[in-house]
Amino acid sequence: MKGNEAIAHAAIRYGADGYFGYPITPQSEVLETLAELKPWETTGMVVLQAESEVAAINMVYGGAATGKAVMTSSSSPGVSLKQEGISYLAASELPALIVNVMRGGPGLGTIQPSQADYFQATKGGGHGDYHLIVLSPATVQEMTDFVALGFDLSFKYRTPAMILADGIVGQMMEKVVLPPQRPRRTEAEIREQCPWAVTGRGSRAHGNVVTSLELDSAKMEENNLRFQQTYRTIEENEVRFQEYFTDDAEYLIVAFGSVARICLKAIEEARAKGVKIGLLRPITLWPFPKAEVRRLAEQVKGILTVELNAGQMIEDVRLAAGEAAPVAHFGRMGGIVPNPGEVLEALKENFSVNI
Amino acid sequence: MAKVYGAVTVDSKRCKGCDLCVVACPCDVLKLQPKDVNDRGYHYAFPENPDACIGCAACATVCPDACIEVYRVRE
Amino acid sequence: MKPEDIIKPENKVYSRPRLLNDVNTHYCPGCSHGVVHKLVAELLEEMGVEDKAIGIAPVGCAVFAYNYIDIDWIEAAHGRAPALATAASRLNPECLVFTYQGDGDLAAIGTAETIHAANRGENITIIFINNGIYGMTGGQMAPTTLLGMKTATTPYGRNSELNGYPLAITDLLARLDGTCYVTRQAVHTPAAVRKTKAAIKKAFTNSLEKRGTSIVEIVSTCNSGWKLTPAQSNQWMVEHMFEKYPLGDLKNVEHKA
Repeated sequence: MKGNEAIAHAAIRYGADGYFGYPITPQSEVLETLAELKPWETTGMVVLQAESEVAAINMVYGGAATGKAVMTSSSSPGVSLKQEGISYLAASELPALIVNVMRGGPGLGTIQPSQADYFQATKGGGHGDYHLIVLSPATVQEMTDFVALGFDLSFKYRTPAMILADGIVGQMMEKVVLPPQRPRRTEAEIREQCPWAVTGRGSRAHGNVVTSLELDSAKMEENNLRFQQTYRTIEENEVRFQEYFTDDAEYLIVAFGSVARICLKAIEEARAKGVKIGLLRPITLWPFPKAEVRRLAEQVKGILTVELNAGQMIEDVRLAAGEAAPVAHFGRMGGIVPNPGEVLEALKENFSVNI
Repeated sequence: MAKVYGAVTVDSKRCKGCDLCVVACPCDVLKLQPKDVNDRGYHYAFPENPDACIGCAACATVCPDACIEVYRVRE
Repeated sequence: MKPEDIIKPENKVYSRPRLLNDVNTHYCPGCSHGVVHKLVAELLEEMGVEDKAIGIAPVGCAVFAYNYIDIDWIEAAHGRAPALATAASRLNPECLVFTYQGDGDLAAIGTAETIHAANRGENITIIFINNGIYGMTGGQMAPTTLLGMKTATTPYGRNSELNGYPLAITDLLARLDGTCYVTRQAVHTPAAVRKTKAAIKKAFTNSLEKRGTSIVEIVSTCNSGWKLTPAQSNQWMVEHMFEKYPLGDLKNVEHKA
């Protein structure tokens, strides 16, 4: 099935309580698949087409505040509109899952694939100091698996998580193994697991309030320090990445999402000619695998980042590599996807590698 | 005919002296303190003419700060 | 009888609602918000629904409503309260979900959320405070500001050429198939307060019984913004606001279409 369809199936099987979205290419299949599967008749999951991206993310905010597992999906221009609600979710320490199937920008841009929302996703995106946990799938199987992973991390740390996919992995068809159906959490479980949730006071002595507002500067700074503490904990515990051929690598490519698969093809071609190139594929774009980049930078002669943008992840790679290795960027924009040959050409140009 | 006696208490600490209860009272019971202020600087309301009160609760109904309580007795 | 003979617990006929927290509100003296907060607290108690009520607070003067009424609250982004309420209500159908919004929140920045929630017939109550001005930010023009009315951003009076016309958004909402009860009330006299209380009670009942969206507009005063005393503000409201925003039910049907 398509990556976008896999997201829909995985959400139902996770036992998600609600999906709120707005159609935009290239991710409309998420909402369409959910509408076709009618989970409200089986698991009781609410599926709603909102009047706007802004309304959709604020529905997610309202639903998340009640302790429910809720999500939305969109593509780049739509995710820009959602930044208001994402900032509120982060500030109110609410769990939620946001899927961005990226297309080329800026502006209305193109409906073709892109990775140009890396900065927006990993550096916060909306106003204020915050981070999202950002997962980067490279396969349809990962599109499936990261729904549960994203929700679980999001509830564990009470912070929103994002699946940052590119249009390729959203539209690509592959075989997947779907997880077994999990039941939705009961009201009693939500009250027990999420004592902060707005569920109606019930037997509590006083009301719960979910808010991001704090006019007392000292308290607002305390809130920010608490958020930062959470982010440090996430950085310590949740870095995920995958490596290919790095043991003996003399050069390193860093790439995420479907671009990593193109790079792997290029590396296989180079290795057939005896050139030792390795691949590091960050799975969590935030937290970024800084220590691993640093370790590999000490080992290799040069690092090439390959991205569907003008050079965004390269900033994190350079920060991590420091002076240990030169870092260059190769990218295509506007929805153009490079082939393995172009990647090797970029390696040759930047590092005078003889391939 | 039964006679109705009323009385009101004003939480003078909470009162903001908005005067709406004074305007609403049909029996001219309430007035704002002409000189005294509470600790937030408001000339709070008080029953200047308590004997006229019929306990109709008009004052309390319009009070935005819920600082008036009303008592009523029929004889 | 002397007051001390009358002031006894058994004779009490009106007291501060238990659900109002023991704090002073930040509202200006005479502000209509206080009266409406009190009515909401009284009704949640009287209807016995405080344990399953979810309030959605707006951005505007009522942003701190959650500090004053002791129920569960979510503080929304500016104008988004009906979107939050949509999800809260659909995901928690056993709860009473209501929004509490001002004119800028509901009829300017949140127009889309308001109209679409009402058009979907969400089983929520929208309490709409219309005082024709932005109070919290210092008295700027609201969508509901009357023509000729002076505000911080219309210092020479609202001019239709420059600023467009006052928006009677409740009239629009009454025409939507998703609404079951749309009414416009005020809280300037004891009788008006009692009618508003009955209106909010009806709206809450509709929400609990899943009849569709209910909207209670309360034409209100902002004496600080209007630069009048509270009593003068009520007078001004009667003389000017009620012409554009006449009181009464705009729609009252058993169930959404």
